[in-house]
Amino acid sequence: MAEVEIKNYMMNFGPQHPAAHGVLRLVLELDGEIVERADPHIGLLHRGTEKLIEHKTYLQAMPYFDRLDYVAPMNQEHAFCLATERLLGLEVPARGQAIRVLFAEIGRLLNHLLNCTTQAMDVGAMTPTLWGFEEREKLMEFYEAASGARLHAAYYRPGGVHQDIPADMPEKILAWCRTFPKFLEDVEGLLTENRIFRQRNVDIGAISVDDALDWGFSGVMLRSCGVPWDLRKSQPYDGYEAFDFDIPAGKTGDCFERYLCRLEEMRQSLRIIEQVLERMPDGPSSSVDRKVTPPKRSEMKHSMEALIHHFKLYTEGFHVPEGEVYAAVEAPKGEFGVYLVSDGSNKPYKCKISAPGFRHLHATDFLARGYQLADSVAIVGSLDVVFGEIDR
Amino acid sequence: MDENLKDTAEQISASLSESVTNVAITNGELRVDARADHVVKVMTFLRDNSACQFKLLMDVTAVDWPARSPRFDVVYHLLSIRQNQRVRVVVKTDEDVPVPSVSDVFSVANWFEREAWDMYGVMFSGHPDLRRILTDYGFEGHPLRKDFPLTGHVEVRYDDEQKRVIYEPVTLTQEFRRFDFMSPWEGAEYILPGDEKSTEAS
Repeated sequence: MAEVEIKNYMMNFGPQHPAAHGVLRLVLELDGEIVERADPHIGLLHRGTEKLIEHKTYLQAMPYFDRLDYVAPMNQEHAFCLATERLLGLEVPARGQAIRVLFAEIGRLLNHLLNCTTQAMDVGAMTPTLWGFEEREKLMEFYEAASGARLHAAYYRPGGVHQDIPADMPEKILAWCRTFPKFLEDVEGLLTENRIFRQRNVDIGAISVDDALDWGFSGVMLRSCGVPWDLRKSQPYDGYEAFDFDIPAGKTGDCFERYLCRLEEMRQSLRIIEQVLERMPDGPSSSVDRKVTPPKRSEMKHSMEALIHHFKLYTEGFHVPEGEVYAAVEAPKGEFGVYLVSDGSNKPYKCKISAPGFRHLHATDFLARGYQLADSVAIVGSLDVVFGEIDR
Repeated sequence: MDENLKDTAEQISASLSESVTNVAITNGELRVDARADHVVKVMTFLRDNSACQFKLLMDVTAVDWPARSPRFDVVYHLLSIRQNQRVRVVVKTDEDVPVPSVSDVFSVANWFEREAWDMYGVMFSGHPDLRRILTDYGFEGHPLRKDFPLTGHVEVRYDDEQKRVIYEPVTLTQEFRRFDFMSPWEGAEYILPGDEKSTEAS
């Protein structure tokens, strides 16, 4: 029989596939069921955020950050606020910092809840996702109580947060904190020892430390290969150094390890939340510098000065001194950086958003090569990608 | 930490004197201005030198200064886990002169450079796959350049007669407005509305 030339098969994965986590179009070159090459096509959710920010004042630019990683919106705002504050030389009062830490950790929980459970869904388990969404809903209620919005909170401000949290909120969050470990146990009971979940994740998408550094990994992706690197510990911001928490690190850097790291991080976040609530300092929740922070509405009713400041800050906005700054936070997905260039006007001259998902998704080709088609789904699931921040 | 950063800065300016034009620490951040044609050498040094070990490339982007020549800054942000330090490497280029690609030094640079090409039209020589990345297939122009309008040039809609999505030039129902907020008390230099003739006469 004559030899038949077998051509590699090109397959389009997504952008409408549920396991594509949004709008990923993955062009896979397959040899049988083995992935020879993966070429992610991104940009289907590109909204020109960076261009829009250049045309807005600093305060108007802030809400765009909610729309990047919409799974944990406030963590993105955090990076932008830190960058602006650093250029302004603005101090954040202790209570403002504590509230920001509180919501940053709630954001981390929101993110890991979604990712751990959808990673399970990608490999066939439906239940954890449904449970996870219930917990997410409870957390989003805290978002809503503080900011008025479930997702696009626009709560952080340069100088602190927009408004103080309601008086009964610490109590409610603490009550929730007591119920949450049970949920984690339940999820672990479903997944960690589950034979299918293990078969689909252990030793899949493993990466060595050197490769992980070469591919610019950060956050859980880097920690899962054994580098205990966390910006909250190594380059603390907003008073993270005062809290007692551990950094989970893995060994093998495979999909299963990433899941375990995220699960443990949720426990650590819970510890931080409890500590924040325990020693929530009193005082103003945002800077008292009236040239940056708008006055409260009640103040405007009897103070002419406050009225003028309000008008100025919501039309012209504050001017930021010339300079450039790169501020990074430990977002749930990894290092989220904002590179801000100011020309001294009231609008950012340039704002580059360095999203962890962008760097991680780039490595799909490297990670998925040589694995089965079905494994590429598990790998993309464990990368924790959200297209809001990748496409920007 | 500041002392260590100074040591690193000295180390860089001493070892790379012919490739680096300026080393400065502002806002507590180390900035290294380098010659564009030496960028691969600089990045390799920063990655491999035992006193630096900037093994993570966190970001590559460009900044557009249309009034300046050469027009673009290409900005690299590196992170050293060992030293717990960051460095910003800046090289200058314009539309026509390509910057050597660092994708051989850092694999992650591949997409970052594609993005910089897509958004600013900065070319990278030796890049394995310099395609557009974020914009639409068949997109024209480089949207983050300062001379690219915020509204873009084309808009898409579904045409029911042709039964397909079509591209059309952007039509604005309201004129695009840009407020400058310059204060006349702080020496703003612009023509007041209705006052255009006063400068022509003088």
